[in-house]
Amino acid sequence: MEKIYANNTKDCKLVKAKPATIEFLLNYSKSLHIVEHDDMKFENNLN
Amino acid sequence: MELQINDSFLVKEYMSGDEKSLEILINKHNQRINSFIYSKVMDRDIAEDIFQDTFIKVIKTLKKGRYSEEGKFLPWVMRIAHNLIIDHFRKNRRMPKFEGSDDFNIFSIIGDDKLNAEKQIIKDQIDCDLRVIIEELPEDQREVLVMRIYKDMSFKEISENTGVSINTALGRMRYALINLRKIIDKHKIVLTN
Repeated sequence: MEKIYANNTKDCKLVKAKPATIEFLLNYSKSLHIVEHDDMKFENNLN
Repeated sequence: MELQINDSFLVKEYMSGDEKSLEILINKHNQRINSFIYSKVMDRDIAEDIFQDTFIKVIKTLKKGRYSEEGKFLPWVMRIAHNLIIDHFRKNRRMPKFEGSDDFNIFSIIGDDKLNAEKQIIKDQIDCDLRVIIEELPEDQREVLVMRIYKDMSFKEISENTGVSINTALGRMRYALINLRKIIDKHKIVLTN
């Protein structure tokens, strides 16, 4: 019978982003402010 | 259904300024999105970068109020991640990454001529030791050796500067080298890199 299951089990590996990446994203979100002017939106990063 | 309602609520809260909602959203979908990216790129670091870029796009879109809530937050994020994965492969096709193999290493052809840190330290130590040994030589021999080796002067120039014939300068250089070898042997100094 032909093998129909995947040989490469690495494809199904479960991985999570590093805490440092999440921390960066949260800080990025906090620092990002959107300034609106005449229907235009500007990104403003305030650290 | 429960998942979608929760996501919708969290997105709405985040768009209203609640940063904590974003943290919950990221942590909730972290594994699913990252595993999806990893399954395509098969590299942890690249997956991490794409995950980060995905959420930067998500954050920008939500903050600009351009996201229309239809209860499909996760599929929307997955679509962004999918597009970034395609961008990654397109970019890689334009500039392929070369990793070499066990049989062939690109650094065997293109290399840095400079010494590595360890060899540079050894070389500095040898130079330093050599200067100390040269100080042990008789004045006339030391003078010729320094002019020849460190100042790169010809024997003609050395003879003019020291007021001796070229043959004498050559002879002093010869004795300087013989004496240097004797000092090195006597003190069992190793001067190799």
